[in-house]
Amino acid sequence: MVKSKNMNIVIIGNGITGITAARHIRKRSNYRITVISSESEYFFSRTALMYVYMGHEKFENIQPYENGFWEKNKIELIRDYVTFIDTENKRVDLAGGIVVNFDKLILATGSRSNKFGWKGQDLNGVQGLYSLQDLELLEENSKNISRCVIVGGGLIGIELAEMLRSRNKKVTMLVREDSYWNNILPAEESEMINRHIREHHIDLRLSTELSEVIPDENKNVKAVITKEGEEISCELVGLTVGVSPNIDLVKNTDIEHNKGILVNEYLETNIEDIYAAGDCAEFRTAFPYRKNIEQVWYTGRMQAEAVAQTICGKRTAYDPGIWFNSAKFLDIEYQTYGLVNMNIDGEKNLYWEDPENRKAIRVVYTDDGVIGFNLMGVRYRQDVCLKWIKEKRSIEDVLQDLGQANFDPEFFKQHENDLIEIYNSKNSSHRVRLKRKRGLFKFAN
Amino acid sequence: MQSEILLIEPKLTFIKKTGLAMFAAGMLFFMISFTAVSRISPLLFFILSVVLGCAGALIFFFAQLKESPIPGVKKNNIMFLSMTNRGMLGWMTAVFLTGMYVLIYWFPELLENVIRTFDSLSYTLNGNPANQWFLYGTLYTVAVLVMGVRMIIHNRHNKYQIIRTISVMFFQLILAYLIPMFIVNGFFFTYFWPLKYEYLFPASYDYLIQSGGIGMFMFFWAAVMSFIATPVLTYFYGKRWYCSWVCGCGAMAETLGDPYRHNSDKSLKSWKIERWMVHSVLLIIIIITALLWIDNANENFILKDFSHSAAKWYGFFIGAMFAGVIGVGFYPLMGSRVWCRFGCPMAAVLGIIQKYFSRFRITVNGGQCISCGNCSTYCEMGIDVKSYAQRGQNVIRASCVGCGVCSEVCPRGVLRLENGPVKGRYELNDDYLR
Ligand SMILES: Cc1cc2nc3c(=O)[nH]c(=O)nc-3n(C[C@H](O)[C@H](O)[C@H](O)COP(=O)(O)OP(=O)(O)OC[C@H]3O[C@@H](n4cnc5c(N)ncnc54)[C@H](O)[C@@H]3O)c2cc1C
Ligand code: SF4
Ligand code: SF4
Repeated sequence: MVKSKNMNIVIIGNGITGITAARHIRKRSNYRITVISSESEYFFSRTALMYVYMGHEKFENIQPYENGFWEKNKIELIRDYVTFIDTENKRVDLAGGIVVNFDKLILATGSRSNKFGWKGQDLNGVQGLYSLQDLELLEENSKNISRCVIVGGGLIGIELAEMLRSRNKKVTMLVREDSYWNNILPAEESEMINRHIREHHIDLRLSTELSEVIPDENKNVKAVITKEGEEISCELVGLTVGVSPNIDLVKNTDIEHNKGILVNEYLETNIEDIYAAGDCAEFRTAFPYRKNIEQVWYTGRMQAEAVAQTICGKRTAYDPGIWFNSAKFLDIEYQTYGLVNMNIDGEKNLYWEDPENRKAIRVVYTDDGVIGFNLMGVRYRQDVCLKWIKEKRSIEDVLQDLGQANFDPEFFKQHENDLIEIYNSKNSSHRVRLKRKRGLFKFAN
Repeated sequence: MQSEILLIEPKLTFIKKTGLAMFAAGMLFFMISFTAVSRISPLLFFILSVVLGCAGALIFFFAQLKESPIPGVKKNNIMFLSMTNRGMLGWMTAVFLTGMYVLIYWFPELLENVIRTFDSLSYTLNGNPANQWFLYGTLYTVAVLVMGVRMIIHNRHNKYQIIRTISVMFFQLILAYLIPMFIVNGFFFTYFWPLKYEYLFPASYDYLIQSGGIGMFMFFWAAVMSFIATPVLTYFYGKRWYCSWVCGCGAMAETLGDPYRHNSDKSLKSWKIERWMVHSVLLIIIIITALLWIDNANENFILKDFSHSAAKWYGFFIGAMFAGVIGVGFYPLMGSRVWCRFGCPMAAVLGIIQKYFSRFRITVNGGQCISCGNCSTYCEMGIDVKSYAQRGQNVIRASCVGCGVCSEVCPRGVLRLENGPVKGRYELNDDYLR
């Protein structure tokens, strides 16, 4: 616990990154902590916006902490927009006219939706999905309409499609690639999602790009035109073609930036006592097999924790660890661990799929051991998978213990043996046998 | 050209309309059954109300299979619907259910005509005319069965839910309805002290022992279940073996109550109130039971009058008002487990065992939680599951009934109900939350 009455920490952005940093600094110190953010009064889960629109949850349900939490933990919240950072005098200006001084500043300003300068991209009824305000706009824009076009085949695009389907809108999805999200998903899994999107009555158009959006006489969207020249009439256009770091704030300062705010592995910017983390940060050198800009919930959380340690006196580099992620494509859950679909030298894939029940298990390995797991409709234990990857366990070792990794609810059909059978049929020399299935009394670890 | 995929639109299909019409007609005939008209042919009115209504509801639920043929979490619009979001329909349903309980418990004479329509069934089952409890038991069981079918259809992607729902339907139908109605009048093999407090009162002991072999067996059963099976099973599986697999109150909560489960209060404050209330009720019933036994052994017990009237008041306020009227009547307002959470002394006992001496826990899968809040929202016991999940801590709570819904609705596969070594259950697993 670091004690220093006078240390003044200011954090811009109350997303997962800013808030995690605040919480961890509070855990380790009695510094004064101020979080400034303009989007919402309290921290909410951005990843759960879709559930509010679909009526699974209310907005209050997606706020991870009760409102009293902040006062109890002495984290001051200011809802305002930061207009300027004075790096010389260590102060920030707020739109409301207040000036806030800092000793250390953390920039956690997140991302914003991409727009690629299409004709008509600013018409009424054309929007992205990132912020709370976008959600409110969607509520407005989707009233009394029936046809929507979504541009972009990523995670947010499919979420938006699911949202609109929950209100019985007709949805067409334009995807540039020839299969859904196939820059990340291996071909088979990607194909499974193509089928799944279509069985949800979403009109998936692969290898199709937007050319322009055309208005009616009131400047409302009337239709989109694809690069092939096809006109698709619609009353709402969702632009979900990725996000980019939100760096408006640093543009007119001496804080170095490229696409994002440039940081080293300690998340330090070029200016002393100013840090950046989460979606808005760009690493000067990327970590092996990782991107310079990491735009997921988990990495924002992990980076924030490293910054908190550094600020509390223990200079700590961000250690990204082994990659993991998860998502849900309509009804199909997805979990991934390690290196999948990365074309590693000597990589082999063991793949099992049950198309009817929308399930698949993939283990990626080389002669040196397993390197990745990819799961569709099946849950695996993160602990176990990452441990095996870290220890470079041989594929045969992994297969015979695979029951330990299974994390599906009790009584679910277990498919580890199906995977092993496929392995054995290809490698007749020595047969692998599943050592133990998961059972009511048996337990992993 | 628009793709054909777009053309299929779910709407109120003919089959669904038929089901709804039958259900509405059933309700109408049920209302007519309150009048003397039903005396013309009670059996006919039973068929036209209960049988027709149930058939209609079942047709409606099965039609959903066709409407959304892809199995998966079905929670769309729950927060918008008047029925499930404490809107007008929800409020009216709450008043209606509460009112039915009041009528059955305290004004059965107003139900006379309706009760007569249940005579044929009652004669078939046990040779006696129906009374208010037969009416109650039948409607209760029917609600569990019909809404159980709905629960299974909604959760058909989840085998845990399917098996668990079949289990509560089975125990309700066989052990809590047919056997008590049919063979041993009024004895429920699925309820034990302290929930069914009077089973271990001296008066039932005397009565059962005097009634010979079967009575001795029943007392023996009740005592063994309360004092041996309960701790042993809870040690291995957690309180779920009872609360969401066997118990009749649980059966109702998990079937009729399922559409309302999110209405439980998740605040820290309600957790505090819950702990105070549920443990107080437990303490009270232990004291009352003890006093009655002391009185039984000691002719000149000074608290004789007190203990008997305390038992009576407990029966009225806790047994009838709380467990029955509020317990089910308030589903649409306070969620499906009001009684289980705030009042049930059995849940209190099981909870203590679950928290301190059990292999059960809900394991959190590394750092995969995105704090989306679905788990907490749909926890009928009002547990803020995400507050554990987002910091990588296993969920071990006295009140968790192991319904498995948090695990089911989690979009990131973070939660798993499991039984494992007691040691290390509470350890924080926050390697990935750095
Ligand atoms: C719809 C959707 C679904 C997603 N689903 C997933 C998922 O399933 N899994 C996953 O890993 N990731 C998901 N993501 C990505 C994930 O949400 C982000 O990576 C994460 O929220 C980034 O957190 P952050 O704290 O860095 O930034 P943000 O959450 O964007 O927070 C930044 C905050 O700073 C505020 N701000 C910015 N500039 C200023 C200023 N000048 N003054 C005041 N305030 C300012 C912004 O208004 C914002 O509130 C999803 C994103 C979206 C949009
Ligand atoms: S914590 Fe999960 S399993 Fe336990 S009662 Fe709540 S929803 Fe059910
Ligand atoms: S439902 Fe899953 S991801 Fe969402 S808060 Fe709960 S544990 Fe976390």
